[in-house]
Amino acid sequence: MRHILSLLLENESGALSRVSGLFSARGYNIESLTVAPTEDPTMSRMTIVTTGSDDVVEQITKQLNKLVDVVKVVDLNEGKHLERELMLVKVRAAGKDREEVKRTADIFRARIIDVTEKSYTVELTGTSDKLDAFLDAIGRTMVLETARTGACGLGRGEWIMKV
Amino acid sequence: MKLSDAPHTQNTAAEISGAEIVIRSLHEEGVEFVFGYPGGAVLNIYDEIFKQDKFKHVLVRHEQGALHAADGYARATGRAGVALVTSGPGVTNAVTGIATAYMDSIPMVVITGQVPTHAIGQDAFQECDTVGITRPCVKHNFLVKDVADLATTIRKAFIVAQTGRPGPVVVDIPKDVTQAKHVFAYPKDVEMRSYRPAVKGHAGQIKKALGMLVEAKRPMVYVGGGAVLGNASAQVTELVRMLGFPCTNTLMGLGAYPSSDKQFVGMLGMHGTYEANMAMQNCDVLLAIGARFDDRVIGNPEHFYQSGRRIVHIDVDPSSISKRVKVDVPIVGDVKEVLTELLALLGEEKARPDPAGLKVWWKQIDEWRAKDCLKYNRKSELIKPQYVIETLHKITGGDAFVTSDVGQHQMWAAQFYGFDKPRRWINSGGLGTMGFGLPAAMGVQLAHPDATVACITGEASIQMCIQELSTCKQYHMPIKVVNLNNRYMGMVRQWQEFFYGNRYAESYMDALPDFVKLAEAYGHVGMRIEKPADVEGALREAVKLKERLVFLDFITDQTENVFPMVPGGKGISEMILSEEL
Ligand SMILES: Cc1ncc(C[n+]2csc(CCOP(=O)(O)OP(=O)(O)O)c2C)c(N)n1
Repeated sequence: MRHILSLLLENESGALSRVSGLFSARGYNIESLTVAPTEDPTMSRMTIVTTGSDDVVEQITKQLNKLVDVVKVVDLNEGKHLERELMLVKVRAAGKDREEVKRTADIFRARIIDVTEKSYTVELTGTSDKLDAFLDAIGRTMVLETARTGACGLGRGEWIMKV
Repeated sequence: MKLSDAPHTQNTAAEISGAEIVIRSLHEEGVEFVFGYPGGAVLNIYDEIFKQDKFKHVLVRHEQGALHAADGYARATGRAGVALVTSGPGVTNAVTGIATAYMDSIPMVVITGQVPTHAIGQDAFQECDTVGITRPCVKHNFLVKDVADLATTIRKAFIVAQTGRPGPVVVDIPKDVTQAKHVFAYPKDVEMRSYRPAVKGHAGQIKKALGMLVEAKRPMVYVGGGAVLGNASAQVTELVRMLGFPCTNTLMGLGAYPSSDKQFVGMLGMHGTYEANMAMQNCDVLLAIGARFDDRVIGNPEHFYQSGRRIVHIDVDPSSISKRVKVDVPIVGDVKEVLTELLALLGEEKARPDPAGLKVWWKQIDEWRAKDCLKYNRKSELIKPQYVIETLHKITGGDAFVTSDVGQHQMWAAQFYGFDKPRRWINSGGLGTMGFGLPAAMGVQLAHPDATVACITGEASIQMCIQELSTCKQYHMPIKVVNLNNRYMGMVRQWQEFFYGNRYAESYMDALPDFVKLAEAYGHVGMRIEKPADVEGALREAVKLKERLVFLDFITDQTENVFPMVPGGKGISEMILSEEL
């Protein structure tokens, strides 16, 4: 199953490689990983999307917790949560396709942020599923290039991840 | 991070060099020995070592030796071992030793020199990415870029190495940081928000565990290295005796429960006793203490599941629980703390295991025991390795510190020495590092100068760190090297005999040195023993030579195998037994 893990970790140079090294050393999957400093600049927040059985994900959480640079780990799937990913996608938009791409972008509430005679660059945020759905709707052959951030997430409601 | 208001030492207003800060920090930690080898990047530190005499520096002959020696010291004392090596090749030579300590959770602080900060990343002479290379085999590592952080970082390294599940910590110090100056203040407490190892176990879980234990019909206590590392041997022993349960120790746990006790059923696992493995497979309630259900212990987990049992697992590391085997009552905490609580609770509660039920179970265990699975041919004309170890036990009263290398000799030492106390049996169980035994014995001998320290080894293993015989001479370490010389990488040969149709590919040790002459060349005493009748006399003489390292080269039966044996991928009750039975 797909899980979203949210981590607080020390904002130190080696911290990212400790986390990614753990995943490769123990053969865990990483679907995506995003990281940036938090409102407290000494700490970073990382979101990891991984897949595995419940046992494996439990092990992943425990192993992450063991890393000395990791302050806290929460499996967002344990509660209601929000998930967003940003995608920039350059699509073919020549002739009759132009209108169709525009219409699809509107349906997905995407924004066209750059235009040439033959292409549109589209910005879209949403769950990773929604971004996939957009690519399917456009047709994979129309897609020239994509850049995705990977998912980031927060718990729903007033719950916050405290140190 | 918050430093405690009252530092350990008075602030000396004067600024001192980073190198001196390193030395003063080690003094503050009460370090007795530093095992090391100099080089360009650590010369400032060595210059400060020259000026002090609070700790002794032990100059090894290869950095691997420094790490194993520090490791042996740590295993024998429970205090962090300290090693000091230079950048680049010093570090890469040390990696085997770091990984060895990591696999067995041994507390160590390893100080490594690094090229100056401005040269990092420039492919400078003797540069390597120490933090990157060691990351997967340390509990934690640090690169100190600012002399202002040096003392605090060293303090953190000692705390992290020695608390929770222990492990090696590397502190990488660029040369310019050892030159830069700063005032010295050694912090006592260092608050690390991201590092809070568990101590106390969950009271509810402990109660639940007790309930399960007293209901058991076919109970078993399985004790691992965590009980040794956590100094919980007294509590383990008390609990097992109060409950009247059978107890087994893992390779790493030997000595945690006394081997000579009647409730001890022997070591379990790949070369465990028949009775220990059968009891493990057939028990209905299993209490696992500081053990991790690893592949050499429970064999194939699918097979282990086939007979259901309920499991209570006490460990300081939550990630060791339910990693390979699902457990019913996990208790995360310091094993000693948890067992103390469990014992208190047992004292209060009236419930006890049903003696009639236990009697039936013990009867079954005694039947398994009667197989006498460790039996070997005592009438052989050739020296049997088992006999050498039994004799060593006899003449040292079972009270020696025993280190070993890796192979058949290691398993025979584990099976036949009969450890009654913790921290007496020192071997590389997790990584299985040949070359560990001799340098580890150096650390043990320094920690216990008057004790008999024996290194049980094989002619292949001993050659992997044999250069340390020179260190032993320099520092007058009267180690007894017990070389079980079968002219084979015996354990490899055994696998080739059992599983590769007797095709002994590259496992024959040709062109062996004359070990007696070799020992003498290093300034030690060498003996060659070729007949069973000479074994006891030679060992007695060696032990009597209190001031000398004695290299005993026992020419043993080449065909001897270690039994019982659980072949890889099999269940632990599917043992190959000796033909002697
Ligand atoms: C550094 C290292 N290389 C290879 C091995 C694989 N290995 C395990 S046991 C063994 C043979 C050891 O032979 P010896 O030291 O003579 O001991 P014996 O088994 O004969 O008692 C080997 C090569 C190892 N454990 N460590």
